[in-house]
Amino acid sequence: MFVTVHLFARLRELAGAAELRQELPDEASAKTAWQSLVRTCPALAEYEPLISCAVNHEYARFTTPLKHGDEVAFLPPVSGG
Amino acid sequence: MVSPRFFIGSDSLDVNAIAALVTTPACGAVATFVGVVRDHNAGHRVLWIDYEAYEPLAKTTFERIGREAADRWPSAQVAIHHRTGHVAIGEASVVIAAASPHRADAFAACRYAIERVKQIAPVWKHEHFENGDVWIEGAVADPDDEAARQLALERACS
Repeated sequence: MFVTVHLFARLRELAGAAELRQELPDEASAKTAWQSLVRTCPALAEYEPLISCAVNHEYARFTTPLKHGDEVAFLPPVSGG
Repeated sequence: MVSPRFFIGSDSLDVNAIAALVTTPACGAVATFVGVVRDHNAGHRVLWIDYEAYEPLAKTTFERIGREAADRWPSAQVAIHHRTGHVAIGEASVVIAAASPHRADAFAACRYAIERVKQIAPVWKHEHFENGDVWIEGAVADPDDEAARQLALERACS
């Protein structure tokens, strides 16, 4: 299946892309998507303990199962206000 | 068109217009918080801040914060508007308005909302200063982190 991955702020800069299309196995979770991303961009690994994820515009757990066409986002620590 | 109570975008913020979104004839109090870009941070002179956001998630997160505030202060109505893009020194980056029949709930709901924005809104400051720029990274966003929510409630009620 394919999902779209969105990256923000420093994560976006490290990966060199705001949006990526990613092919994943059918039983993939958000964690699978992150691990696949880190394989293509090892510089992201240091963020692993600090990131949050969202699936289809709602915060999600890394265990959240993904389905074809999902929009997955990985978020570095936030600093709004 | 009536503006939504929860909004993120590049337009400059009008405090009075945002306060008007929550003000009804039953309200005796409207508390507003205006977050402004200041000219210094961590010992250096700041020139401006670029705000990046995951806009669809920011909007659902603001709505969530509004529901949390309504659960705790049922008489209060909250609005949250946040800027994206280039925000100059002295300009508002965020405006919260909370209205209620009485001032205690308006102040508390307003404070709670800005504390939660800081904790969980998917927004990032890209600070520009004289010799460079830096991404500010604050809280690890987790809306289900009960300890963080309790901290926001304590600050709101202190």
